[in-house]
Amino acid sequence: MKIIVCIKQVPDTKDVRLDPETNTLAREGVESIMNPYDQHALEEAVRLKEQYGGEVVAVTMGPPQAEEMLRLAVSCGADDVVLVSDRSFAGADTWATSYTLEKALKKIGDFDLILCGKQAIDGDTAQVGPGLATRLDIPYITCVQKIREFTENKLVLERMMDDGFDVVRVECPLLVTVVKDINEPRVPSLKGKMRAKKIDITKLSADDIGADPACIGLPGSPTKVVKVFAPEPRGGRAVFEGNLDEQIDQLVDKLMPYLS
Amino acid sequence: MDYFLSEEQQMIVDIARQITDERIIPNRAELDEKHEFPREILNDMAKADLFGVPIPEEYGGFGGGCFDIVLTVEQFGRGCIGVGTAFAANFLGVYPIILAGSKEMKEKYLPDVAAGKKFGAFGLTEANAGSDASGIKTTAVLDGDEWVLNGTKQWITNGGEAQIYSVVAITDRSRGPRGASIFVVEEGDPGFSCGPKEKKMGIRASSTTELIFKDCRIPKDRLVGRQGTGFITVMKTLDLSRPGIAALGVGLAQGALDQAAAYAKQRQQFGKPIIGFQAVQHMLADMAIGIESARSLVYSSAKHIQAHPKDMSKVSAMCKAYATDVAMKVTTDAVQVMGGYGYMCEYPVEKMMRDAKILQIYEGTNQIQRNVIGQEINKEYS
Repeated sequence: MKIIVCIKQVPDTKDVRLDPETNTLAREGVESIMNPYDQHALEEAVRLKEQYGGEVVAVTMGPPQAEEMLRLAVSCGADDVVLVSDRSFAGADTWATSYTLEKALKKIGDFDLILCGKQAIDGDTAQVGPGLATRLDIPYITCVQKIREFTENKLVLERMMDDGFDVVRVECPLLVTVVKDINEPRVPSLKGKMRAKKIDITKLSADDIGADPACIGLPGSPTKVVKVFAPEPRGGRAVFEGNLDEQIDQLVDKLMPYLS
Repeated sequence: MDYFLSEEQQMIVDIARQITDERIIPNRAELDEKHEFPREILNDMAKADLFGVPIPEEYGGFGGGCFDIVLTVEQFGRGCIGVGTAFAANFLGVYPIILAGSKEMKEKYLPDVAAGKKFGAFGLTEANAGSDASGIKTTAVLDGDEWVLNGTKQWITNGGEAQIYSVVAITDRSRGPRGASIFVVEEGDPGFSCGPKEKKMGIRASSTTELIFKDCRIPKDRLVGRQGTGFITVMKTLDLSRPGIAALGVGLAQGALDQAAAYAKQRQQFGKPIIGFQAVQHMLADMAIGIESARSLVYSSAKHIQAHPKDMSKVSAMCKAYATDVAMKVTTDAVQVMGGYGYMCEYPVEKMMRDAKILQIYEGTNQIQRNVIGQEINKEYS
């Protein structure tokens, strides 16, 4: 079994600034970390490998500095890592990124499962995972909070919903995006760190993956960020306690002002 | 201060620091309050390979020395010396096997210890044998192909939680110090049980129990090394492990200074932060001097022990006594700097002060350490 984990280097959220010109994140001089959701995806992949056997390959599209994050992925249990990097990838939106990753994964070869974080904490779009699956023409399940079973290419997953969770049965190959509830990422191991220090990182350029120059980087990115704003907070919630009759009374009291 | 650590040593420190910050510190108050053994945190340490640090490479470890283990436990000590004690006492239980065990014995136990699957404890102390180890009453008698152990060990760290116990018992009382031997007793051996967990002033995350042997029968090959060499192995084990206790002291003191200094910067009295008052500054300065000098001594001692395994008693005793006395002083002063807040359980320094006291008592009281140092000086000048 081969599991691909897509990971992204993002600015540490402790220090976030916006570029007033472009309305995008200012990344210069900000410390980079592995996107926290991706850490959970990597952890889940390593746990699946430990339980069912197989291989975990972590892939990132990013600048050469992303090598540091790939070494962290090795120290946390990834068997192999791939850096998809080229100057021409710069400025990619989620459309161009999912195209680039699709081409890279096709180059890497067969896989059974792709794991991604639900979203990256910089752009917060949650589009690359589903976009990649769509381009690869495989099914995807987003916001997975638990992988219950993984036997003979069949998975039973729990997909987090606003009001509980769905239980989903699916077959490989597929793409899964995970939420933070799925696990607690491990601390790097000493053996892993020593391996990470020595590992030869596979590097793929735009030419290596056979990318169409018109589809990558800024030229391949139709997105324009027009405005950035914080979403309105959701309405308040109330939990009624007591026995059913008491709860109904409380609910009626709460609703009455709106009815009269 | 830069101690010029190697790349591997820095890796060990980074991993231990992350476990301390992410796993130990957020849980320490609850573990203390509930007297709860930190099983999950120890699993995290195992996954990070830290149980393999001092285990020889041929048995699945990293073949690290005293200094590597000192660096590890110093970090844990900064978080909670109860958790750090559980980790360190595992090696106290395993060192006799590393130092004196046969190849077969090492092959049987050490790979599981390195992988964190089995956990060790050391059974020396008894009701009437603490500082004076010659008062040991537990006996081991050979009966056919089995040793039969009888007696009770007291205040044994990791009791009830460990799977491997290195137990000191008298095999020939007439031979005095040469009549003691060490045996490996496993959890589940017939006639072996652990008493209830003791309630303690501090280090409540660590488990402390009696070990009870009632006609406990174990195979003949559980004897560690040769019969009658028990005390020698005990002394070597303690010489090797004491810098670890000293390092817990350095870490604990550092954790207390971190709390006190951060508080002093933020606490306003008479219109300014109290760190602006010389009385407070001087206390913090003395804490920092004590910690850095203790750290320097512990690191140098650990390196000396690695390089000169036959000459470790004095340096081991010196760093243990000094660093743990510093820890007691610094934690007490941290409470003082923080005043009423320091005395309250909402802040961690009251626990640190309670915890610190054990460092001056266990693995040989600091008075016994001074005896050792004094005797060595006496020899040197004879």
